[in-house]
Parts: sequence; structure tokens; C-alpha cells
Amino acid sequence: MSEAATQAGRELISFRVGAQEFCVDIMEVREIRGWTPATALPQAPEFVRGVINLRGAVLPIVDLGARLGLGTAEPTARHVIIVAQVQNQVVGLLVDAVSDILTVTDDMIQPTPDVASEMVRAFVRGLLAIDGRMVSFISLDRVLPERELDHAA
Amino acid sequence: MDPMAEIKATFFQECEEQLAELESGLLAMEGGDTDTETVNAVFRAVHSVKGGAGAFGLDDLVRFAHVFETTLDEVRAGRLAATPEVVKPLLRSADVLADLVRAARDGGEVDQGRCDACAAELSALTGIEEAADGDDGMGDLDFQPMAAAPVALDFELDAPAVEAVPETAGWSVRFKPRPELYAKANESVLLLRELARLGEIEVELDAADLPLLSELEPEGAYLAWNIRLRGSASEADVREVFEFVDADCELEVHALGADGEPMPTAAEAELDIAALLSMAQAAVEGAAAEPAAAQESETPEADIAAILAAAQAEATEAAPAADTAPAAASAQSNRRAGEDRRKVDAPFAGDDKRTEKKLDDLAKAAATATAPTIRVDLDRVDRLIDLVGELVINQAMLAQRVTEAGLARASSVAMGLDELEQLTREIQDSVMAIRAQPVKSVFQRMPRLVREVASITGKQVRLITEGEGTEVDKTVIERLTDPLTHMIRNAIDHGLESPEKRVAAGKNPEGAVKLSAAHRSGRIVIEVADDGGGINRERVKQIAIDKALIAADAVLTDEEVDNLIFLPGFSTASTVSDISGRGVGMDVVKRSILDLGGRISITSRPGLGSTFSMSLPLTLAVLDGMVVTAGQQTLVAPLTAIIETLQPKRADVHSLGGSARVISIRGAYVPLVDVGLSLGYRAEPMDAEQGVALLIESEGGSRAVLLFDAIQGQRQVVIKSLEANYRRVPGIAAATILGDGRVALILDVDTLVAASRTAEAPKLLQAG
Repeated sequence: MSEAATQAGRELISFRVGAQEFCVDIMEVREIRGWTPATALPQAPEFVRGVINLRGAVLPIVDLGARLGLGTAEPTARHVIIVAQVQNQVVGLLVDAVSDILTVTDDMIQPTPDVASEMVRAFVRGLLAIDGRMVSFISLDRVLPERELDHAA
Repeated sequence: MDPMAEIKATFFQECEEQLAELESGLLAMEGGDTDTETVNAVFRAVHSVKGGAGAFGLDDLVRFAHVFETTLDEVRAGRLAATPEVVKPLLRSADVLADLVRAARDGGEVDQGRCDACAAELSALTGIEEAADGDDGMGDLDFQPMAAAPVALDFELDAPAVEAVPETAGWSVRFKPRPELYAKANESVLLLRELARLGEIEVELDAADLPLLSELEPEGAYLAWNIRLRGSASEADVREVFEFVDADCELEVHALGADGEPMPTAAEAELDIAALLSMAQAAVEGAAAEPAAAQESETPEADIAAILAAAQAEATEAAPAADTAPAAASAQSNRRAGEDRRKVDAPFAGDDKRTEKKLDDLAKAAATATAPTIRVDLDRVDRLIDLVGELVINQAMLAQRVTEAGLARASSVAMGLDELEQLTREIQDSVMAIRAQPVKSVFQRMPRLVREVASITGKQVRLITEGEGTEVDKTVIERLTDPLTHMIRNAIDHGLESPEKRVAAGKNPEGAVKLSAAHRSGRIVIEVADDGGGINRERVKQIAIDKALIAADAVLTDEEVDNLIFLPGFSTASTVSDISGRGVGMDVVKRSILDLGGRISITSRPGLGSTFSMSLPLTLAVLDGMVVTAGQQTLVAPLTAIIETLQPKRADVHSLGGSARVISIRGAYVPLVDVGLSLGYRAEPMDAEQGVALLIESEGGSRAVLLFDAIQGQRQVVIKSLEANYRRVPGIAAATILGDGRVALILDVDTLVAASRTAEAPKLLQAG
């Protein structure tokens, strides 16, 4: 993300999954919508909730909590789906609630401390301290399972 | 894409159109069409291909097109009659030209031997010595790649008499801007460039009005241009270029005569020719009016021709004399004069008429060229189709909610909703129609195939096509080519008898293959029919027994025997020919038709021929499906795979091995696939008697029974990609959106059955 302007700052959307707070770049987010029941997919990893209809497109829903190893969610009407663009695909992220839009500069993003968690290494790009809360800045590149799983057939 | 590549892509796109035009024109000529317009269209097609190819430096293509064009010009000029002996090589040349275009586009090699042979054949027709592969025939052709203006063809003075660009006609334009034109920030060079896009232009500057420097008005306009435009642009096209400056310039547009009349490079020459021509005309009229006088001069035509030749010579002399004349123009006049000298034998009156006719034809061509079509990016159309699909779903959801809200059918809301429904359906149909294209593009490839297969097999074949205008979705068309090619090959190779056999059977030695298309109840039906010997059922059955495809004592109906040819690994040809025996048989054809959501059937009558009939959906965007329920989930099974629905009885279901089950259907044991279990929607196998089952036929003809909880009904669904945002899922072909707005998965019956066959307990859900 070094190519983004550092001084002008960037906007992040922060949201809650369980007790932890995360944020993603606002440019990756297409829209935010309420939870609707998903159609389960056969042979899907546990964190893929299924697919929903997003105005005619078939949108896979990733339970972000399950993806980040925080346990699966029991979605209710209060849960929120963040529709995000990941490379050339669009994916829905199931989160507990959207909390804030943060405007930060790059120097506010602290490097990720070395911890043993596989999840941290795969997703967390940095940490932010906002009003005494810790917000993990995550990358969405790997939220979807690998596309090529043909051998499983 | 860089601009050059883009232009090149457009060129190849246009080439395809020109080639199609060429082929249909030649076929019309083969059918006895002698209309000048047809010949001209054919000529124009080759000429355009050549012109474009020259601009891109595609030498092989230019060289061949040049020879081809020369021959066509002979036909056009009436020196070569379009007899079948002439048209056949022309058709072959069209095939070679198409190969060359494709080779130029996609890279790759063409059969140089075939190309040279064809070129030699063409040259032989015209009797003009012109090497197709040497440079001597082409050395005088110097294309200037993509120059803006002036684009001129440069001819050596001592070039061979017959040259490549005998244009039908063009326009002579005199353009003299007034100072106002420049005052309004217009620019002459831009206009000239615009003009250059209409055809080849030669621009000549007329600086005669330029005053001495001392008298020169800085903001005045003194220059004028004489432009000679060649090509098929209409006068309106030419005038359109100057549309915005019309009031601020002097503009004269005159038609250029067709063959033989050069653009006068000096005003006097023009006058002279005009005067001579009118004299000539008067002489003809005089001769007609006074038959007695005609005796004095037996052949007035010869006189006129002489006068004309003199006029040409004068023009030729005048050209170099004029200092401002470009060398190219004078060279061209020279060449044309030479050409005309050879034509002196031709009766003048006829020539004159032909010229008039050509101008007429040109006007006609201009009229057809302005057919109101636009090129649109396919992505945009698909996006529109997607949006309309959403609209349809949305409308269905809205209707459902209104019903749920308990509003009366007669309420104004419900009535408004009905109107909305009708409107959405209409929009959907119209949008689908955008993607629809006539099957002509596929049918057009078949004559060539027929020619090739006929010449290999030594059979005489006539291809009859019907219903070329029948429209179907572009994707269907693209995927139709292979199966159709195969079926036509089959019809000629296996269907038709040899000419001797046909004569012996009292038939026309020339066999007929009929390819037809028609719309029938929301589907397109394509038939390939031959008038050959029909299916030899004895032999088919014997082969099937030999290849252990059926039991030796099997009792089959005629229809069942006919359908044996669709079995994998079946090939009736006793010797494997290189035409249809490629190890792939009709089973491949059947599979590709099934993949398209179609069905194929065959009817055959001994001695009278066979008919293969394919019924295909009009679009791949929608699918006829059976909506079913398996373990709480709603699924869609493609209707094409379903043979029948059944209600399993406990007595018919048998366990086999560990957890596998089979069901007995009329004495045959068919594997039973519990779909809910296979897809992981349920942990325990369901009681077969509690559910409903679909007997399906999968790829390769094997049968299976799919077990579901319930059948909801038959419905047409819009196909949505699952891979776009996710990935391929085994057992699932695609997704769709139902009226309640939920996503339902469309089953891929083949992989579903295959998975159940390989795994003892296929718990697909856990495999990931």
C-alpha cells in the first residue's frame, strides 16, 4: 500500500467480529447490507456460509470470524454483510457490526508484532490504536478459498 | 490495446464480413446469378481485403488477393463468362483467401502449394501471365502503410497493362476555402484526412491564386485543392465531410467516370473529352436515326471507339504537360489509356451502357452500405442482459410480496404489477434478441466443407440451405459449428452413395444434403437431411454386436437400432476415412448438443435417406429445469437430462455393497443417487419410499436415478455463474435465482453421478 498517498491519509472501515475490531481499506468495500439467509454450497470450507443473491449476481458469503479462527457466527438479522472487491471477485463478509470510518495516515499504522498465530500472518497488515482500542488492519486477498480445487472432484 | 492493433482488429473483423459476402456472392453466381451487382459485390469484397492487407503489409495476402481480383475484374468486365468451370476455381480461391486472412490474423501457416496452385488456376483463366509468388507482378504496387494524406497508388510507367485497382468510380472534388473557414478555426488538412477515410485520394494543390508576397493578405485564403477520391463512397458521404464548412468554401463534387475515363489533370483535357464524348454520342444517335446513313459507315462503333481512343491519347498527353499534375495520376492515365486501347474492339455503345449501369449499381451499393447497424461491445450487451435478469427476479419478488401482503387481485397495486410483469417480459425478450444472430454465419461455412468433403470422397453433392435467417443466441451459434460440421461430413461420407450406386438406384448422381433451421415452440430446430441410402440397420446392429455394445440376441426396434450410432465408440465406416472417422463419432455430436441443452434425434428410411434433427434452446442464459428439494435446499435439475420421474417402491430398491443402492426399473438395475446425501445436505441416507426420483441419462448414455425429497415443479430459470465470484463446485453446474430472491443451485448431473460411482460413501462436503 506504499503507492497510496501517505500524507493525505486513507479511509478505513472498521467493524467488529466477536470481541475484536478489524478494519479494511474503504476502497475495497462496495457496499454494506443486512444479513439474508444464504444457500449452502456443497464441498465448501466451514467459513463459506453459502451464496446469496446480490442484485442478480451470485455472491459467496465468508464468515469472517470463522475465517480468522475466532469461531463461527450464528447470523441474525442484526449481522451485517460487507460486500468487498477482492482482486477480480466480489465477496460478502459476514461481520457482527460496522463500527466506524477511520481516517488515518500511514504512519499511524504500526507493524504487526511477531506472534505465532497463522491467522495473523495471513491477514493482518498492521495495527491501529484508535481511542485506546486496538484495530487490526486486514488484507482480504486470501479470504476466499483457492479457486483451483478441481482435484477434489 | 494500442491504436494500430485496434485498427488491425477492425480490419480482420471486416475481412470476415467481406469473406462472407464473397462466398455468398460466388455461390449466387454458381447458381446462375449474372447480376452485375453480385459480381461487383464479389469484386469489392476481394478488393477491400487486398486494400486493407496492403496497408498492414500482409504481402502474401495482397499477392493472392491481387491475382484473384484480376480474374474477377475480367469477369466483371464481361471478358470472362461466369460459367461453372470459372466459378468453381473462384470458390476454391475464396477458401484460400479465407485461409490466408486467418493465417495473417492468428499466425500459422497456409498450404503454400494449394495457394500457388489456386493462383496459377486463376491466372490460367485470365490468360494473363502474372506470377503469383514472384515480385514481378507486384513490384509496381507500392502501398503506403497508414499514411494520412495523400494516399496514392504509385504505378510505374512501364507497368503491365492490367493493374490491380480498376475502381468502379469515384469523385472529383474541388475545395476552395474562403477566409471565413479559417477564421472559424477549421483546418483544411483535417477535412482532407477525413476525405481520405472514404477511399484512396489524390490531392493536388492549386496555388494559382496565390498573390505576390506584397499583396498577400495575412488572413486571406488563396489555396484550393483538387481531390480525386476513388472508392465506393456516395456523393452524400463526400459532402458530409464538408458539412460544417459548406458555407465557408467553394465546393464542387463531380462523379468520376468508371473504367477508362481518367480524372482530367488539366481542365482543357476534361473539356476535350466531354466534347468528344458528346460527338461520339451524337454519332451513335445519328446512326440510329438514319439507318440509310449507316451504310456509308458500316461500323459507327469502330469510329466512335477511334474517337474515344484519340480522346484518351489527348488526355494522356495533356497530363504530363500540366506541371501541377502528380506523376501517379499521369501514370494511371497512361495505364488506363493502354487498357482502353485493348478494349477498342468492344462495341462502344455497350461499354457506355455498362458505365451507366455501374454508376447505378454504385448508388445501390451505397444505399445498402448504410444499413443501420452498430457494433456494440459484447460485454455491454451481457451487462444489459444481467440487469434485465435482475429486473425480472425483482418483479417476481415484488409480486410474491404483494400476494403475501394479502392485497386483492383486483386492487390497483396488483393490476399495476401485472402490467409491470408484461413489460418486464417484453424487455427481456427484446434484450435477448440483441444477442440473437441468424444461423447464417454457421451455415455459410458449410458450402466450403461440402466442396472439400465431396472432392475427397469423389461424390457429387449439392447443399441446400433453408432458414438461414433463423435467429439464436450468439453462444449457441458459436458452439453449433463443430457438431454441424461433423454431421455434414457424416451425411456426405456415410449417408450419400457414390454416383454410380445412385445412378444404379435410379437417383440423380448428384446427392443432396439439406441443412435447415426453423423456430419451433420456443426452440430452434436444425435438421441435416440427406437423400442417400438411409441407415443400413443390419450392418449397424452387427457392428454394435461386434463391438459388444449390445447383446447378440438383443431385440431392437428400428428406432433403437438407429440410435445405436450415438453410442460412444461406434463407427459404421468399414475403413476409417480421414473425413468422419476420427475416433470421434456421433456420440461426440450428441454430447455437444446435450451440453447446449439440446436434443438430437434421427429418422431414416432405407433407400430414401436419413434426417438428423436437433432441437436447441434459443439462449444459454435460461434453462428449463425441474425445481426439486433435497435436505431443506432447493435445487434445479436440467430438464434435458431427465427421462422420467418416478415414485420409488420399497420392493424395487436394493442395497448393493456397503451403502450403495440400486433401483429396479422395468427389470433393469439402475444406481440410485441420494442427492441430499451426496451434496452433504443430510448426514443419513433417506428412505427411498419417502422421496421422489428422477430417472436421468448422463453423458455417454448411462442411466441413474436421483433421489430427492420433493419435486416443486418445472420452471425456466436464468443461469448465473458460480465461478465468477467463487469457484467451480463439483456436482453443481451453475446457480440461479428463484422468485423468492434466494439462490438455488443447478445440478451438474454428470459429475454428481460420476462422484457417486467412484466413492463408496461420497460425502462431498467433507472432502473440502
